[in-house]
Amino acid sequence: MSPRLRWRKLVSGFMLTMTGVCALVAVSVLFLILGYLVYNGGRSINWNFFTKLPTPVGETGGGMANAIVGSAKLLLLASLLGVPIGFLGAIYLAEFSGSKVAFVVRYAADLLNGVPSIVIGIFAYSLVVLPFKHFSTLAGGFALGLMMIPVTLRSTEQFLLAVPRALREAAMALGASKWKTIATVIVPAAYRGILTAVLLAFARVAGETAPLLFTAMGNRYWSPGWKQPTASLPVMIFTYAVSPYEDWHRQAWAAGLVLLGLVLVINIVARAVLARGIAVPRA
Amino acid sequence: MAATTTVPSAGPVAGSRSFLRRLREGDEIARLITFLFAASVVLVTLLLIFELWQGSALARHKFGLQFFFTRVWDPIAEQFGALPFIYGTVITATVALVIAVPLGIGAAIFLAELAPARLSDTLEFFIDLLAAVPSVIYGLLGFLAVVPLMRDYVQPGLKNTLGFLPLFTGPAYGVGFLTAGIILAIMVIPYIISVSREVLMSVPRDQREAALGLGSTRWESTWKVVVPFARTGIMGSIFLALARALGETMAVTMVIGNAPTISASLFSPGDSIASVIANQFTEATGDLYLQALVELGLVLFLLTFLLNGFARLLIVITAQRGGETAHP
Repeated sequence: MSPRLRWRKLVSGFMLTMTGVCALVAVSVLFLILGYLVYNGGRSINWNFFTKLPTPVGETGGGMANAIVGSAKLLLLASLLGVPIGFLGAIYLAEFSGSKVAFVVRYAADLLNGVPSIVIGIFAYSLVVLPFKHFSTLAGGFALGLMMIPVTLRSTEQFLLAVPRALREAAMALGASKWKTIATVIVPAAYRGILTAVLLAFARVAGETAPLLFTAMGNRYWSPGWKQPTASLPVMIFTYAVSPYEDWHRQAWAAGLVLLGLVLVINIVARAVLARGIAVPRA
Repeated sequence: MAATTTVPSAGPVAGSRSFLRRLREGDEIARLITFLFAASVVLVTLLLIFELWQGSALARHKFGLQFFFTRVWDPIAEQFGALPFIYGTVITATVALVIAVPLGIGAAIFLAELAPARLSDTLEFFIDLLAAVPSVIYGLLGFLAVVPLMRDYVQPGLKNTLGFLPLFTGPAYGVGFLTAGIILAIMVIPYIISVSREVLMSVPRDQREAALGLGSTRWESTWKVVVPFARTGIMGSIFLALARALGETMAVTMVIGNAPTISASLFSPGDSIASVIANQFTEATGDLYLQALVELGLVLFLLTFLLNGFARLLIVITAQRGGETAHP
C-alpha cells in the first residue's frame, strides 16, 4: 500500500468516525435532558404538586393543580378548534378540491405552520383579547388551536391520499356515493395515520408557551371561567424558573418533568399507533 | 393526483331520479362543508397578515424605515428602534448555525451513509423526540443549569484562551448572546439532521457506486460525490433551521439576559426580536409602544416567511434532481 493510499484511508476512517461522534452527541443530548429532568424533577415532585394551589410569594410548598387543569382546558379548546378544521379541510383537499384551490390551501397551511409561535400570540391577542378587553382561556385555546391546524391538515391529507385507489373505486363500483365512500371506506382505512397526525399536533401545542403569555396569561388561583385568565403548566415553568426563589425552582423542575413526560409519551404513542414500516410524515 | 378524481355523478345504472339526486345532494353538502373548513385556513392566514399590518400602522407611519436603523428603544420617551433586537436575533442565530451545521450534517452523513438501516431508524426516532422537546424545557435547563456552567467555567475559560478576540471579552454573566446561541444550536440540530438525512438518502445509488468503482475511499465518495449532489437540499435544511432559530422565543428569552444592547462581545446580555415581544408585550402602555412591538412581530413574520419559502424550494429541487437521475 502506497503512503498516499494509506493516508487517504486514514482520513476516510477518521472522518467517518467523526460523523459517528456527531450523531452520538446529538442523540446523547436527548438523554442528558431526560436524565437531568428526571433527577431534578423526581426529587421535587410530590402529591401536593398535583393537588394544591400555588402558595403566596415567599411561602414554601403548594402545587400547580390550577395550572394542570388550566392546561387541560386550553388543550381541549385547542383540539376543538384545530382538529375539525384540520381533519375536514384535509378531506376537502384530498377528495374534493381541484388542484388550484388545493395549492392555495396548502400554501396557506404551510405559511401558518412556519409562523413563529410568539407571532401567533400577537394575532390571538388582537383578535380575541382586545375585543373582549380581557385575557382569557378562550384566547389561549384559540392561539393553540391555530397552531394545531396546519400540522393536522397536512399530515391527514397525506394519509388520505395514501389510501389505495382500488379501495375508492371498489366502493364506488358498489354504488356508494362519494361522501359515503369517504366516511365508510377512506377515513377508516387511514384512521391510524389520522390519529397519529392529531396526536403529534396535540403534543406540539401541549408545550407551547409563547402564544399563551399574552392570551391566557397566568393565574395564581383557580380560573373562574372560560373568559378569565388561567394558569398553564408551560407558563408556570417559565415564571417559576426565572424567579429568584429556591422553592419555585424546585416546582419548575417538577412541572418540567410532568410536561416533558406528557409530550414524549404522546409522541411515542403516536408513532406506535402507526403500523410498523410506515413512515410518519414530518410536519 | 387523487385530488382530481371527481366522480362523474353516481352513474345512470339504477334507482329513481330523486334517489340519485339525493345522493348527489349529499355529496354536494359534504363538499360544501369541507370546503368551508379548508377555506377557513386560508382566511385565518390572510387575517393574520392583515392584523399584523393593521396593528402596526401607527409605528410604521411614525418611524418608517428609520425603525430598522435606530439604536434607541426608550418606551418612556416613545422612541422605538429595532436595531438592537435585529442585531441580537442575527448574532444568536449565527452562533447557533456555526455550531449546529457541522454537527448536524456530520450526524446526517452517519445516519444516511454509514449506519445500518435499523440503527439509523432508531437514532432518527430519538432525533424526532429531541425535536419534540418543548422550547420552555430548553429554557428551564438553560437558565438553571447551562447559565451557571457558562458563568463559572466556559466563559472564564474562553476569556483565558481566546480573550484577545473582541468576541470573548467583558464580564461573564452567564446569560447573553453566546448562551442563547448554544441553546438555539441544540434546538435546531434535529431539523438539520432529519431533513439532511432524507436528502442524502435520496441521492441515487449509482453515484456512490461510480465513485467507489473509480477507486475513491468511502469518505471521498461521500464528501466529494454524495454531499455535493445533495448540496441544495442540505442548504434547504439549514435555511429551515435558520427560520426556526429566528422565531424561537421561550428558550432565548430565558437565557439572553434581556437588555437592548449592541455589543461585539458574545458574553454581553442582549435581546432578540422574539424575546423583547415576549417580555414587554403585556407591559406595553400606550398605543405606540404596543404597535412598535407588533411591527417587530411583522418583521419576524416576514423573515421566517421568506426563509421557509426559500428552504422548501431548495429541498424540492434536490428531491426532483435525485428522482430524475434515478429514472432517466
